[in-house]
Amino acid sequence: MNPYIANTEQDVRAMLGVIGVDSIDALFADIKPEHAPQSFDLPAGLSEFEVMERLRRLAASNTTVLVPFIGGGYYDHYVPAACGAIMSRGEFYTAYTPYQPECSQGTLQALFEYQSGICTLTGMEVSNASLYDGGTALYEAMMMAIRVTGRKKIIMDGGVSPIYRKLIRSYTHNLHIEFMETPIVHGQTDRAAMFSLIGNDTAAVIVQNPNFFGVIDDHADVVAQAHAAGALVIASVYPVALGLLKTPAEMGVDIVTGDGQSLGLPLNFGGPYFGFMATRKAYIRQMPGRIIGETVDAQGRRCFVNTLQAREQHIRREKATSNICTNAAVCAIQASVFMSLLGKQGFRRLATLNLDKAEFARQVLQKIPGVEVKRSSPTFNEFVVRLPSDAADVVEAMIPRGFAAGFPLGRYYPGLENYLLVAVTEKRTKAEIEAYGVALAEVLG
Amino acid sequence: MDIVEHYLYTKEHEWINIEDGVGTVGITEYAQGALGDITFVDLPHTDSEVEQFEQLTSVESVKSASDIFCPMSGRIIDVNDKLSDDPGLINRSCSDKGWIARIEIADMDESSNLLTAEEYSSYLESLDRNGVVDTDE
Amino acid sequence: MKLIFEQNVPGRQGFKLPESDVPVNASLDSKYLRQDAARFPEVSELDVVRHFTRLSRLNFSLDANIYPLGSCTMKYNPKFTEKAAGMPGFADLHPLLPQLKGGERYVQGALEVLYDTERWLGEITGMKAFTLQPLAGAHGELTGIMLMAAYHKARGNNKKYIIIPDSAHGTNPASAAVAGYQIISVPSDKKGGMDIAKLKAVLTDEVAGLMMTCPDTHGVFNSSISEISRLIHAVDGLMYYDGANLNATLGRCRPGDVGFDLVHLNLHKTFATPHGGGGPGSGPVGVTARLEKFLPVSRVVKRADGSFALDYDRPDSIGYIASFYGNFGIILRAYAYMLLLGGDGLKATSDHAVLNANYLMHRLKKNYQVAFDRICMHECLFSASRQTALGVHAIDIAKCLIDQGIHPPTVYFPLTVKEAIMVEPTETESRETLDLFVDAMIEADALARTNPAAFHDFPRTMPISRPDETKAAREMNVNFFAPTA
Repeated sequence: MNPYIANTEQDVRAMLGVIGVDSIDALFADIKPEHAPQSFDLPAGLSEFEVMERLRRLAASNTTVLVPFIGGGYYDHYVPAACGAIMSRGEFYTAYTPYQPECSQGTLQALFEYQSGICTLTGMEVSNASLYDGGTALYEAMMMAIRVTGRKKIIMDGGVSPIYRKLIRSYTHNLHIEFMETPIVHGQTDRAAMFSLIGNDTAAVIVQNPNFFGVIDDHADVVAQAHAAGALVIASVYPVALGLLKTPAEMGVDIVTGDGQSLGLPLNFGGPYFGFMATRKAYIRQMPGRIIGETVDAQGRRCFVNTLQAREQHIRREKATSNICTNAAVCAIQASVFMSLLGKQGFRRLATLNLDKAEFARQVLQKIPGVEVKRSSPTFNEFVVRLPSDAADVVEAMIPRGFAAGFPLGRYYPGLENYLLVAVTEKRTKAEIEAYGVALAEVLG
Repeated sequence: MDIVEHYLYTKEHEWINIEDGVGTVGITEYAQGALGDITFVDLPHTDSEVEQFEQLTSVESVKSASDIFCPMSGRIIDVNDKLSDDPGLINRSCSDKGWIARIEIADMDESSNLLTAEEYSSYLESLDRNGVVDTDE
Repeated sequence: MKLIFEQNVPGRQGFKLPESDVPVNASLDSKYLRQDAARFPEVSELDVVRHFTRLSRLNFSLDANIYPLGSCTMKYNPKFTEKAAGMPGFADLHPLLPQLKGGERYVQGALEVLYDTERWLGEITGMKAFTLQPLAGAHGELTGIMLMAAYHKARGNNKKYIIIPDSAHGTNPASAAVAGYQIISVPSDKKGGMDIAKLKAVLTDEVAGLMMTCPDTHGVFNSSISEISRLIHAVDGLMYYDGANLNATLGRCRPGDVGFDLVHLNLHKTFATPHGGGGPGSGPVGVTARLEKFLPVSRVVKRADGSFALDYDRPDSIGYIASFYGNFGIILRAYAYMLLLGGDGLKATSDHAVLNANYLMHRLKKNYQVAFDRICMHECLFSASRQTALGVHAIDIAKCLIDQGIHPPTVYFPLTVKEAIMVEPTETESRETLDLFVDAMIEADALARTNPAAFHDFPRTMPISRPDETKAAREMNVNFFAPTA
């Protein structure tokens, strides 16, 4: 029995009669015996109740009861109930891509508002209607810079997420792109090293703010240097931090990307999230992904449509700016709900809470003997501490005490085995942070 | 259809008007009609060199993007900046005010590879007869 | 409708944040701070809820409307899968947990979901191994072409070209080009299949592979598929299966059994996960045994003791193609769907999808030119050529259907058929709903013959009609804060 099929036996007979064949099998005549499946050995179906019970058991075997101090680009922010309530409307999540504007104004206007929200958040002039996630958005930005400049050399700051860097390396393996990575010094971009590499053959400099170590930087001088050489600057940013931090636009950055998870999306074990991208208007035709534009209808009423579609694969095929088709529309709309709920004041307040709680956690942790809190550069809601022993072991020992204590940097940085990346969001209470300090002291003691 | 007598044409529906070794290039009435309302012209860079029948530029409409090929080889000495703000000029005046670029022609002999106005007219008629692939058969 | 930004009243806030409970007032050097706050709207929670609820009502959606969209498989999205995806044990799981020392033990349930889904998709398609990481169909295509490139590199092959039928979706050539290949387009024959003679004519040792859907976008199952596979394999090329049309052949034909080496599936098509107004999707990629070692890391593995783990130690892997393990929330929905249906339920899915499409084709063929007059698979293809002769185009018929509460079929695709109207009803629509669609199409045809001018005003019942897309493209007003016109 398949509850998602309405045809009864009577319907089937009547429909076969209209078609003029005597069985459903006859409709598959083009599939010859030589094409038949050699196997189709799948489990028997279950009832909805049985499936839900099985999933409940599986969900229960995942550990989500730990107090999280783990970030790495993906944060335990609170998701307001209204976000989920609005997005549970079938009118949004069961709608199709808005190619028919007359019956898609809800999605189209919501995405126009999303684009506007990303623009005011980053200070940039134009945004697309979302990409898959932060990592692939950064890759797309790099390819865009290569198209804009006609150059193939990329300089990557050492503070860019190691996950993003690995991903970009895989994608460009066959594309003859020259990569250079610069180290970080005191947690920030190493200016001397970077400036010595920027030249007339540089397509783009890629930075991240705050970087993977949680450190804040002002890349205005990097931008000036890059622009003098005709290169673009791409910044991957953490949207919640932009509640307070200098915007990429204020630094003169050309293309801004990031992962939207922190804008009202659950962690979901890695997805779905969405990637955002914003840039200067001058580069809009090189931007990948769908873009929603305002216009008027035949009677002069304001409305919204997919625009500049001539960039996209369904029109330009192999000459398109990207192969992307499906994006992450409903996640972007959820983020727009989040930005609207928080509002101008709330969003700034959210960022301040993150900053203050993280600063309190730093003060708690630095009192623990053997723990060294890195203080050379400013941070937002995530920071690095040096432990007296392997951070991976310490984190493991913290789990029975109820804490996901952070992300051990040795996972991606050989030589930094004793370093731990600690994230503190607005959800962490003073009591939790103090208990974390007590537990860490015990483990290290 | 508006076909200027002293212009030369390509089968890709571009025209060139040759005067004193300089060719003014644009697209034909047929091409602008097929494209519909033009929304963007990717103007080529002056001083760049183009080869005959190689891509000169591309134009976009709402639902299409088309490459425009150069009827003759040469160096681009001027582009029609008006098209940046008003791409619809091509729709309104494709054979005149909607010109795209002027080139300093490298080799006059290449004009023998082009169609005269009369040849281009017959070519258009043959297109209408054979049509684009249709499934009504 | 007003934009949310136009409802701004300074001082309002739609969400209550906690008071700070820490004795800290951190300050940052002003050089790191923004000058002005982001201009998010100042509105109450009710303002937000009403605004988005009203916006939602401007949409057609599967929950309210039929979407007979060719090549898009807009089937019903079961509600229980939404509930499953919202379980805190899944939704609150941090993706970096398993990367902690011994961290896999904290995510066993999630890894089991991934492991079983990979195995079942493998059984459904006849592939040895799957990766669930690609985040959409086109992302799966790119991953697949990267796998092809890795295979050829390992073999020392010098390959330049990917062959793609002219009826293909635009993502195929775009994905191949992004991965660094050049495209050779092969035309279709009169029956709608790939023209084998023309395929042979372009086949050389420099061909890396061929990408196709099967059935193709004409709704035709290519009976020559085994021969095409032999031809491609003869030049050490690989056969790539675009899974857009898998909904036609579940339990009837597996790509792995007819010569395909790689497949991508669209969980948001065949496996009933929602389209979300354009995304997110999920585009798992499966491969035969000889390509398994190239799959992206991490790989989900089952240890001898029955526990699950993530394996990053794959020296031949193409590396990372996504930040984590794929769009887990989407994969979970597809897993729940498969658990409920089982093998028999999946096979019935294709049976009824094909039945519904043939029923529609037969009921409409008197009124609309059928592109290929033969049995179709899960979708049927018409041309509005008869109506066009009267001045009514495919787009006009599409707009006319909107007034009947029907989302238009896919129009002007595939590019191989003039005035194409491509209809894919899916198995989830009832006969009565199909009849409503047929009646609306027949009425449109009658109107085309009696009053073609009427079409210019359609749709009439929507909040807007026939937007000026040229104006949108010329003025590029894409941001409320920077109007350009």
